[in-house]
Amino acid sequence: MLFNRVIPRRGIALLGVGSVALSALITIIAGIKFLSIPPAGGAYTTTIYTWLSTGGFTADIAFRMDALTLVFCFVITFVGALIHLYSVEFMKDDDGFARFFAYMNLFVSSMLILVLSNNLLLLYLGWEGVGLCSYLLIGFWYKDPANDYAARKAFIVTRIGDTFMIVGLFLLVITFGTLNIDTLLRQAPLVWSSGSPVAVIAALLLLGGALGKSAQLPLQTWLPDAMAGPSPVSALIHAATMVTAGVYLIARLNVLFILAPEVLAAIAIIGAATLLIAGFSALTQHDLKRVLAYSTISQIGYMFLALGVGAWSAAIFHFMIHAFFKALLFLGAGSIILLLHEEHDMHKMGGLRKKMPIVFLTFLIGGASLSALPLITAGFYSKDQILWFSLASGIGSKWLWLAGIAGALLTSLYTFRMIFLVFFGEAKTEPKHQPGPLMTIPLIILAALSLIGGFIELPHNLGPVHLFSRLLEPVFPALILSESHAPEWIIQVISALIAIGGIYLAYLLFNKKTLSSNVIEKSRLSHFFYQGWGFDWLYNKLFVLPLVWLSQIDKKDFIDKFYSSLAHAVNYSGTLLSRTQNGKLRWYVMVMVAGLILLLTIMLNL
Amino acid sequence: MTVPMETQILFAGVLFLIGLVGLLVRRNIIFMLMSIELMLNSAAMVFVMGGAHWGHADGQVMFIFILTVSAAEVSVGLALILQMYHHYRTLDADSMRKLKDHKANENL
Repeated sequence: MLFNRVIPRRGIALLGVGSVALSALITIIAGIKFLSIPPAGGAYTTTIYTWLSTGGFTADIAFRMDALTLVFCFVITFVGALIHLYSVEFMKDDDGFARFFAYMNLFVSSMLILVLSNNLLLLYLGWEGVGLCSYLLIGFWYKDPANDYAARKAFIVTRIGDTFMIVGLFLLVITFGTLNIDTLLRQAPLVWSSGSPVAVIAALLLLGGALGKSAQLPLQTWLPDAMAGPSPVSALIHAATMVTAGVYLIARLNVLFILAPEVLAAIAIIGAATLLIAGFSALTQHDLKRVLAYSTISQIGYMFLALGVGAWSAAIFHFMIHAFFKALLFLGAGSIILLLHEEHDMHKMGGLRKKMPIVFLTFLIGGASLSALPLITAGFYSKDQILWFSLASGIGSKWLWLAGIAGALLTSLYTFRMIFLVFFGEAKTEPKHQPGPLMTIPLIILAALSLIGGFIELPHNLGPVHLFSRLLEPVFPALILSESHAPEWIIQVISALIAIGGIYLAYLLFNKKTLSSNVIEKSRLSHFFYQGWGFDWLYNKLFVLPLVWLSQIDKKDFIDKFYSSLAHAVNYSGTLLSRTQNGKLRWYVMVMVAGLILLLTIMLNL
Repeated sequence: MTVPMETQILFAGVLFLIGLVGLLVRRNIIFMLMSIELMLNSAAMVFVMGGAHWGHADGQVMFIFILTVSAAEVSVGLALILQMYHHYRTLDADSMRKLKDHKANENL
């Protein structure tokens, strides 16, 4: 930022993208080394220095990379590098070019600190850092007050979660005397029995933090508004990385959550409820990016659902694949919006299939992966795993599976509604020009990953490829399947049919128009879904308006008046006393005489 | 026949009080001066009474001193009154209020 005028654009781009690309390279090299020679204890550790040591509590600046962290680092740096590359062209006409890359790099570093730290205090530092960068980047175009409002809303809502989390951290410190993750996970089963109240409370508080950052019920209201930021920001922060920090937290502290089974059940239920609510809302949106925002909320609901039924590695697998296709979708949406003269409304787009072919193809692949198109897209493998485990796990249930399936139908429905509205039909707005290579290369790479990324983890009945879960085996406890459940292939067939059926339904509704889409576009129910199920309205009535009313009462600051009245009293008495200096000779003599009388009286009485 | 000491001092005190009250009540500067004279003379009279009581002439001497001082003081005072009349065209003691605290006494 300091060098905005000094270093030319090219230098800033090189610095900004190069740093993240270098990190990606290092991560890949470290990953290869990790996979070929697994380190002792399952992780690389390094301690920089002791951050603070007071009253028996110590926290270090120390990092630990195990398999889970490796996966997250890979996604953050690799997808991040692609997004940075894309941003060079996306932001090239913007005045705040250097500022953008500064904030984005700060974000990547905070997120890396979050996933690499070996103690919860350093994790919290990264947690707050990503929250700050999210605020800075959502309100990047700060001259428009609506963007500032969205940034403030995001920050405040996640703050509520963060407050719960810090109280949870305090509870952990009081109970265990340390925030070192290794120590916590080893000590927790010894100190807490399963279901003990303290464990439940601690887990609930930490869950509160995760809910805020990951935009799940009830703290999901900030994410759709956060689309006010530039599209690369939405891709990086609000699709791939920051919103998955909650998933990381729960996955990392899995032992703590297993000790509180009620909280795990709550996580699964929250995930299921959120994915349905967000799915319905996504179906009714007009703004292209808001569909993707609600889609993100919904997909993270799937991850929470997986965590809640104990399918830890399935959740992380879905995180990785989701990062690929969601970043792809957001970057594609960004190119569309940019090249259509900042047009956000899908109903004003159309026919872009022929006008922007590369964007169309990659967007289609991303959308197919999101809808979990069977067998050829990566999304199928990750989502299918979650659906299977939600039914088959020892703590799963068929209601959770039904919610997941309904959500899958909604997903393919809204995704292909989006695709049909934007790319098919007649063109209502013409694109300025085609996107350049810096924008299309990341799209192509992410599209490739959305297709082939799933092949590293096949379901049990399709093949013996379990690279991903084998990698994460040391990190997570084993998943216990329930005794009786339907065979896996039936579930897969049902998911496949639902996905294809949703696409066909969208085709009938939005392309061929054989069925009327009035129920979706114009009915009162759809308006309710469009408003995000009324959560904003509810929070406005419950929290915002009373606070504003209280502030209005306190407008003249009457509580402060108590203290300022003291000063006023002194001032006033001073004024009163100065009235005695009225310049009249006779008055002065009178005062002298009065004093004399007083003195005489006193002396005569003594 | 000698007057008792208490009566003498009481007499001087009453004279002093008359002078004091006159000083406080009167608005005219010249009458204020006269009242001051009265107070001085009453104080001087106490000296004379004391001298008469002990049979020394010191009392009379003090009286002459005080008289001299008061004469000098009156001459200076009259000169000042002349100046005051020259500037303000009035002999009202309350009219000379320029040394007041202006902020607190704007309307007085």
